[in-house]
Amino acid sequence: MDLTQTLEIATCTDPGMVRSHNEDSIAADPANGLVVLADGMGGYNAGEVASGMATTVIVTEMRQILTNAKPYEVDQKNNEEIAARLVREQVLKANSSIYQAAQSQPQYAGMGTTLVVGLFYDNRMLVAHLGDSRMYLLRENKFKQVTRDHSLLQEQIDSGIITPEQAKKAAHKNLVTKALGIDPTVEPEIHEYPTKPGDIYLLCSDGLCDMVDDEDIGMTLQTLGGNLKLAAQQLVQMANDNGGRDNVSVILVRVLREYPGAKGVIGKMFAWLK
Amino acid sequence: MAKLILSMDGLVLKEIPLTKERTTIGRKPHNDIQIDNLAVSGEHAVIVTILNDSFLEDLGSTNGTVVNGNAVKKHFLQNNDVVELGKYKLKFVGEAAPAAGAGGEKADFEKTMVLRPAAMKAAAAAAGAAGGAQAAVAQRQAAVQAAAASAAATGIADKDPAAKAASAPAPAAPAPAAAPKPGGQPLGAIQLLSGGNAGKELELTKPLTTLGKPGVQVAVLTRRPQGYFITHVEGTKRPSVNGQEIGAAPHSLKDHDVIELAGIKMEFFLKA
Repeated sequence: MDLTQTLEIATCTDPGMVRSHNEDSIAADPANGLVVLADGMGGYNAGEVASGMATTVIVTEMRQILTNAKPYEVDQKNNEEIAARLVREQVLKANSSIYQAAQSQPQYAGMGTTLVVGLFYDNRMLVAHLGDSRMYLLRENKFKQVTRDHSLLQEQIDSGIITPEQAKKAAHKNLVTKALGIDPTVEPEIHEYPTKPGDIYLLCSDGLCDMVDDEDIGMTLQTLGGNLKLAAQQLVQMANDNGGRDNVSVILVRVLREYPGAKGVIGKMFAWLK
Repeated sequence: MAKLILSMDGLVLKEIPLTKERTTIGRKPHNDIQIDNLAVSGEHAVIVTILNDSFLEDLGSTNGTVVNGNAVKKHFLQNNDVVELGKYKLKFVGEAAPAAGAGGEKADFEKTMVLRPAAMKAAAAAAGAAGGAQAAVAQRQAAVQAAAASAAATGIADKDPAAKAASAPAPAAPAPAAAPKPGGQPLGAIQLLSGGNAGKELELTKPLTTLGKPGVQVAVLTRRPQGYFITHVEGTKRPSVNGQEIGAAPHSLKDHDVIELAGIKMEFFLKA
């Protein structure tokens, strides 16, 4: 099912004001309702390689699979949603590609990447993530974070060692506890949420949320939501105006209308009755 | 060997090498660093040194411990950190590593790195074996630093030697996360010149202010460190500045520019 007319997607990525390379990588496949953002890490240009591999592998594999898969169906064998299984499989595929490259080529040793993937299907959105790249949602003027970082800081906040206010000033913002391509296998965190027309989803690297307060990000989306491309550029510009110490990447997805996945007369009737 | 330089009113009193695993600071004579001043508690603070890392911990002192102007409970000491105890200052000078190595070893707090459970455990175990029962948090911090160091050693930490070299002379403490807010610049405002609300004034205090009618014509005024900019958001017609229609890019606003938007004229001006 082609979602080009259902989802409006705007992207923007920038090396920032300090770094010479952009180790972030973003990809969007509007027809299949897929967006991927990765923030790479590793020596020399290995970070770019890792994040580039992650986005390319996931987008190309998913594109092939989604041409005849029905993500909204449930696997009878283990009661698992097809969508969740597909996304997990592709994330694992990307993980082993990066891990093997890192193992076999010395210049890529130790490379890895954070990841956040959004898959839109059947009036739903599935998000899978690893590390500290985030997804936010603006719905009916309420702006909230969807994903929870896999970072030392988040663990400390959760266990009550530090408060979120202290976290803003903490030194070790950069330590993530999960990432793609570091270990032979990885378990991405996957959640599924219903979407509503008018929702704006924001995927971003830590270069945005470290430099710009959540409040200001939310306000920007509220005021510039009418022009998604401009909102994406504005967010990147705000991060750079505030110092731009890291690469900044932004993907914005707006849900324009309903997109029930069920096909066939009965399915359509059912979707219509819902 | 890391050391502390004790000074008062800019006068250096003595240098103290951090040879012990625990270096205590306080007013009472049994402390390793005795500071005989009433502002200093009997047992004021301790510096725990594990391998090349030193952690400062306040021992519940009456007047608290201040590092670089911030009160701290526990702190991972970085080169050139200044610890204040009443009138006294203790400057922390880290290991004088060779110039080339310094960049690689220093924790780069901007760079995203993976914290691996294995490295955490190993470092925690090492810290535990070396030191007995340290505060759990100090151990955890040590583990973090060790993980960071091992990450640095395997090349995760730093991919940009040029940028690193440039940033090396900067103080090791991370720059304050809060970015320079556009506070120093003059405040801008607009005054409506035509329409029903002519004469009305609007101060542009927020980073973003939208103007116009949604669905017809909307523009946004952005407040940036470089000044104010107007950008077209939606509508078939773009706003004009001084009679000239603006392009798709943000347009810089100067004092007393006249904006025309959705048939309404307004003047932009800077407040002194």
